[in-house]
Amino acid sequence: MTTITSELTSEKALWMFETMITIRRFEEQARREADSGRLRGLHSSIGQEAVPTGVCAHLRDDDYVLGTHRSHHHCIAKGVDIREMMAELFGKATGTNKGKGGTMHIADINKGMLGANGVVGSNIPVATGVALAAKVQGKDSVSVVFFGDGAANQGSLHESMNLASIWKLPVLFVCENNRYAESTPVEYAVAGTSVANRAEGYAMPGVTVDGQSALDMYEVAGEAVARARAGEGPTLIEAQTYRYMGHFGADDPLSYRTPEEEQYYKDRDCVDRMKAYLLETGTATQEDLDAIDKEAVEAVAAAVKFAEESPFPSPEELTTDVYVSYR
Amino acid sequence: MVQAQATRQITYIHAVNEAIHQLMEEDSKIIVMGEDIAGAAGRADQGFVDAWGGPLRLTKGLIQKFGEERVRDTPISEAGFIGAGVGAAAAGLRPLVDMMYVGFYGVCADQITNNAAKIHYMFGGKVNVPITIMTNIGAGVNSAAQHSESLYSIFAHFPGLKCVVPSDPYTAKGLYISALRDNDPVIIFNHKMLMGLRAGPEVPERMYEVPIGKANVSRKGSDITLTGVGYMTQICLQAAEELASLGYSAEVIDLLSVSPMDDETILESVKKTRKIVIVDEDYPRCSFASDVSALVAEQAFDYLDAPPTRVTPPHSSVPYSTVLEPLFIPSKEKVVAAAIAVLE
Ligand SMILES: Cc1ncc(C[n+]2csc(CCOP(=O)(O)OP(=O)(O)O)c2C)c(N)n1
Ligand SMILES: [Mg+2]
Repeated sequence: MTTITSELTSEKALWMFETMITIRRFEEQARREADSGRLRGLHSSIGQEAVPTGVCAHLRDDDYVLGTHRSHHHCIAKGVDIREMMAELFGKATGTNKGKGGTMHIADINKGMLGANGVVGSNIPVATGVALAAKVQGKDSVSVVFFGDGAANQGSLHESMNLASIWKLPVLFVCENNRYAESTPVEYAVAGTSVANRAEGYAMPGVTVDGQSALDMYEVAGEAVARARAGEGPTLIEAQTYRYMGHFGADDPLSYRTPEEEQYYKDRDCVDRMKAYLLETGTATQEDLDAIDKEAVEAVAAAVKFAEESPFPSPEELTTDVYVSYR
Repeated sequence: MVQAQATRQITYIHAVNEAIHQLMEEDSKIIVMGEDIAGAAGRADQGFVDAWGGPLRLTKGLIQKFGEERVRDTPISEAGFIGAGVGAAAAGLRPLVDMMYVGFYGVCADQITNNAAKIHYMFGGKVNVPITIMTNIGAGVNSAAQHSESLYSIFAHFPGLKCVVPSDPYTAKGLYISALRDNDPVIIFNHKMLMGLRAGPEVPERMYEVPIGKANVSRKGSDITLTGVGYMTQICLQAAEELASLGYSAEVIDLLSVSPMDDETILESVKKTRKIVIVDEDYPRCSFASDVSALVAEQAFDYLDAPPTRVTPPHSSVPYSTVLEPLFIPSKEKVVAAAIAVLE
């Protein structure tokens, strides 16, 4: 079931587990906050933790990640502080975006997180430009854009793939195919049902990968990042994954999919599989894993406390940051 | 005894849904397209039909009645399917196309502003483009900068596009009916905060039109004119109520139509009251509110006791935080304060 990746150090493997469990605990808490009415609807990334984790395991602080409306997992995998993320969800001045952006726009330039984005497909050209900046400035940093199966049908992806290919830009186009765009199944909306196949038309590698396997993600992303850093151009990765929750929380996913299908994917849960790998390889004991999980739970609780105790932005903040300078 | 039948206070969502049902029955040329307007697309064989009925449930039940040929869930490809709506309109259909939130207009602006708006003119008046685009606008639910804009002013800027903004269930139903029967491209802006609203006049079950390009005097008054559009009309009505308790008689004009704009109704009111406060949730620069202000300044200057006053958001994007967002949106309090400043 799991691919054993030779160059994966035990340190990195443990980081991947810690990252995924932190994402899951963060998202579970965010969901509770939304259900209790302290927050509004959120796009949960539960089930999709392995995708950004396997990719970000190869990234440095000077590499960039760009996301979507569903980006808490991208942010955490890229190293954004979960206290500042939670404060942002609470609309506090200490949030990553000073409370101005919220769940769909979390960004932290110091960590190379160039933002979640609420407009589907909108970040793909931006990520392409980020890669262009690296190339023009002679840097070997890379740019990664995550987008959904739904976004794969926006013209922005196609235009960007073409640009990135003709200019050999260091960008990874990572499609998180979680099988649905809101309630629309991928087999209805994506002609031919493969996103990865579209790479062929733009003369770049297109890879389909089990996005519920952090190890497979790690392997595939490693190759693509190496290619990008070596100046060999972009790669399109289609990670097959699943969102466990509804689209934004309040919707009932069983109005468009079966419990059997949900169970099929939950049986292949990325966190469970990473645990199994760590135990099988003797990288960690059950106690080690429990301790990491407990730390994640505590870190999330601390993040909520930080968010609760933080001040709201002052009223003047309404009109600051519109421009760098004006007049 | 027959009371239950006499009152028909249905929600905005219900009113729009009813209008679309009736229109599709009336005219087989009407098709509907948009993301998740039915939902669970292609899964009827698995027993899943109409899983969503549109993001705000405006299109619920259509697919069962009119079928997949006329009720089309689309991929997330606004340039593609809104552009296809333009082509289908030019070739004989009357498409109603959903651009979920107005902030997404950028994805498909070329199709709206270069094709829908201009084809009739460029082709010497020989081709009509009877497309109706519906979209959601408005702040108020912490959706942040990209999902909370109003933006009708941008579209009104373009000759060739008609823009209407219903303010309650009654005007919503009537404007949908007018829009879909109109031979020009019409954009209908539905404000999020109105969706569950049952206020306003009763909604007749029969089909009726609310004319495009006509404002409505929602409340008669003599001391000051308040103009609203969309949800802001509700804010103006609340402000008028409060002003009444302070002894002022405010006239509320529900503008309803951003393009064409009903100059006469505005001028007539302001010539009577001699004062005007213009309330608008769209950005303040180069805006609908500025247009109304210019109209009054240019054509009713001699009647005015005070300069026209606008109550709008600041020149800023829409913030997320629950403490900042209410500062962005024109509120009853802000309208009352502005009115009192003008009155005193
Ligand atoms: C341009 C644009 N169109 C429509 C939407 C509304 N919308 C938000 S998320 C979403 C579905 C996205 O599906 P997908 O790309 O597969 O991402 P997922 O939600 O599955 O993570 C839609 C239609 C949007 N935000 N932007
Ligand atoms: Mg998806």
